[in-house]
Amino acid sequence: MKYIVAIIQPHKLDEVMKALEDIEVNLVTVSTVLGRGRQKGLTEVYRGAKEAGTLLKKVKLEIAVNEDFVEPTVGAIVKGARTGEIGDGKIFVLDLFEVVRIRTGERGGKAIG
Amino acid sequence: MNSGDTTWVLTSAALVLLMTMPGLAFFYGGLVRRKNVLSALMQCFIILCVISLQWVLYGYSLTFGPDAGRGIIGGLEWAGLKGVGGQPFADYAATIPHYAFMIFQCMFAVITPALIIGTYAERIKFSGFLIFTILWATFVYDPLGHWVWGIGGWLRNLGALDFAGGIVVHTSSGVSALVLALLIGKRIGVDEHTFTPHNLPFTVLGGALLWFGWFGFNAGSALAANELAANAFVTTHVATAAAGLAWALIEWQQHGSPTVLGVVTGAVAGLVAITPACGFVNPMNAIFIGIFVSIFCYIAVARIKTKFKYDDSLDVFGIHGIGGIWGTIATGIFAEKAVNEAGANGLLFGNMQQFLVQCFLVLVAVTYAATMTWVLYKFVDALIGMRVEQKQEIIGLDLTQHSESAYTLVE
Repeated sequence: MKYIVAIIQPHKLDEVMKALEDIEVNLVTVSTVLGRGRQKGLTEVYRGAKEAGTLLKKVKLEIAVNEDFVEPTVGAIVKGARTGEIGDGKIFVLDLFEVVRIRTGERGGKAIG
Repeated sequence: MNSGDTTWVLTSAALVLLMTMPGLAFFYGGLVRRKNVLSALMQCFIILCVISLQWVLYGYSLTFGPDAGRGIIGGLEWAGLKGVGGQPFADYAATIPHYAFMIFQCMFAVITPALIIGTYAERIKFSGFLIFTILWATFVYDPLGHWVWGIGGWLRNLGALDFAGGIVVHTSSGVSALVLALLIGKRIGVDEHTFTPHNLPFTVLGGALLWFGWFGFNAGSALAANELAANAFVTTHVATAAAGLAWALIEWQQHGSPTVLGVVTGAVAGLVAITPACGFVNPMNAIFIGIFVSIFCYIAVARIKTKFKYDDSLDVFGIHGIGGIWGTIATGIFAEKAVNEAGANGLLFGNMQQFLVQCFLVLVAVTYAATMTWVLYKFVDALIGMRVEQKQEIIGLDLTQHSESAYTLVE
């Protein structure tokens, strides 16, 4: 099992969700986060005081998948999120030790989807 | 000179200011996405600054100044408020200082271009917007105001009725908004999914402030604290109530639930429609005007816009354009001399002529506003551009045009 974390541009969220739906990955947790990579943030000015390189709003997706779904999921995120511009984001794939479905108490692979 | 009249008109001027800022600003600000809320507030605020100055420098003179010939435009005799002062100018308002009339009208000149910002919200370039706004006020609002309201104005001489600005304010801004929506194009991504309002409580707050301020707009247009002002106050109130309720009921029937955005939208449509009529019709007919405006505007916003897929982002045409046109024509139907001796009877009281004049008024205003808006947009677009770059639009206007964010996620 793997835990996939992706940081993407907020406006690409709908396309990524659509691409995930197409490969039947429907379970995803989404949150708004602030981030900065090689793409520097924009400067903000408040009554003349400059705040350089402020963090930019990004969207974080978290998806737990079985091994068969790792590559399709990563592919779908890339397909939906890529613009080719700096700031498109990153995908991190982590090992996942355990999953528990709270309702039934099921564990592991069968609890994941 | 009458101190009661003066008090009422000065108070009304302040009420109309409240409609633009914070009323309209928050009405629009709540409807856009989080990344663009400051741009909506900023556009309203800067219009308040810029057009107020334009008005005293030359706008008032072009609109209300001594006719320069054939009722087309006012002369520049009153530029810089020369000759405008504390004494009344009897042809416009005999019982209040000329200054009071001028500053009351100033607030109208301010709110009209501010209404337009809803159509190109979330993608307009600030510098282009500023130049366009000044040109639009000068070449659309000022002449149209002169034609309809100025002494010697050619539409006024035809007997056109527009008590508080159904044509000059709402039809002109609404029709211009449609042309602008077509010219500037859709927001990125609007075809794929609906952009949901980021703060509906702001929109409700702004809408409620619009209702409150509109008493100054309409009842203040009596230019005196008299029975006509009271009539306008009452008709404004009941038309708005009827329109708000009607919209909620339409939505309830169509979608299974009445929405708060729907009731506020209906109320604003009601305010728009009663604007030209409020000093000429009785309260029962005002209720009819209110009910019908919600039906017409609902069709425009929920059916016509979806069918033709233009991105009039916050429905300036659908509410102010359609509502203003309906109100102007409704004035030709429901107006009666029993309400206002200086007005006229409408179709319902046997006067076909007034109905035709009102239709002609709509035709002239629509044609003129649409043509001039097209010309001015093309001019400013060629000069400095009207739309932000794609990347700026994606990041949002708050950060890219104003270097600020409305909300922080962390301290």
